[in-house]
Amino acid sequence: MPVRIISTQQRVTAFLEGEIDHHTAAALRMEIDDAVQRNKPKTLKLDFADVTFMDSSGIGLVMGRFRTVQPLGGKLIVSNLSPQVYKIMKLAGLEKIVTLSKREDVNNAEIK
Amino acid sequence: MQKLNEFKMTIDSKSVNESFARSTVAAFVSQLDPTLEEISDIKMAVSEAVTNCIVHAYPQSVGKIYITAVILENNTAKISVRDKGCGIIDIKQAMEPLFTTLGGERAGLGFAVMESFTDKITVRSKPEKGTVVTMYKRINGRAVL
Repeated sequence: MPVRIISTQQRVTAFLEGEIDHHTAAALRMEIDDAVQRNKPKTLKLDFADVTFMDSSGIGLVMGRFRTVQPLGGKLIVSNLSPQVYKIMKLAGLEKIVTLSKREDVNNAEIK
Repeated sequence: MQKLNEFKMTIDSKSVNESFARSTVAAFVSQLDPTLEEISDIKMAVSEAVTNCIVHAYPQSVGKIYITAVILENNTAKISVRDKGCGIIDIKQAMEPLFTTLGGERAGLGFAVMESFTDKITVRSKPEKGTVVTMYKRINGRAVL
C-alpha cells in the first residue's frame, strides 16, 4: 500500500492509498514514524481520502501513531474518512484521543 | 437451512493472502446481489478472521487456513474460517473488545468487528487443535430499497 508523505517542521501529512490491513499496516507504520521522528512536527495528519478498505488494523495504526506523537507533544488529525470508516473509528472510541473528520462531498466542496 | 451453493479454499497463513481471502469470499457472496456496504461488511469480517489465524493461530509458523462460504436459503451467507493452530484458551476473554494478547499495534477489536458486521458469529476452539469461526450474514441487497 503506497503512502505519500509531505513533511515540514510544523506538520507531517501522510496521504494513505488503497487497502489498510494487517499486511499493509506494517510498512505504513514504518514510513510514517520515520517522518515523525525526523521532523518532530506539532501535527501529524493522516489523510484517508484514497483509502478503499480498512479493517481493525487501521484502528491499531491510528492508536499507534497517537502513541508516537504524544510523547513529542504533537497532536494527531485523521481526515477524509468514508462514512463507514468514520463509524468504526467512533465505535473504537478514537474520537476521544484524536481529531476525526469525514470525507467532504466533492460536489458540495466545489459549490463552496 | 438448505445449502444452495458452496465454495471452499485453503490458503497459507501469510499476511499477503488477507486481501486475496476477503476479496474472493466477497466475490462469491456477490451472487446474492449485495449493496456496496454489505460487501464491505463481509470483507471486513473475513479480513479479521483470517488475520486472527495469521497472527494468533500460527504465531511462529505458516499453517493452513480453511475457508468455506455457503449460500443458504433466505439470502444468507455462512462463512467459516478454520485453522489447526494453537487454539484459544478463554474464548469469552478473547472476544472482549480491546482485549489483545499482542498489544502495540493490535487494537483488540477483531471479534468486535466480526460481531458488529455480521448477524451471528460462533467460535469453537480447542487448545493445540485449532479454531473455527462461523459467521452468518443475511444479504438484503438492493432489492428491498
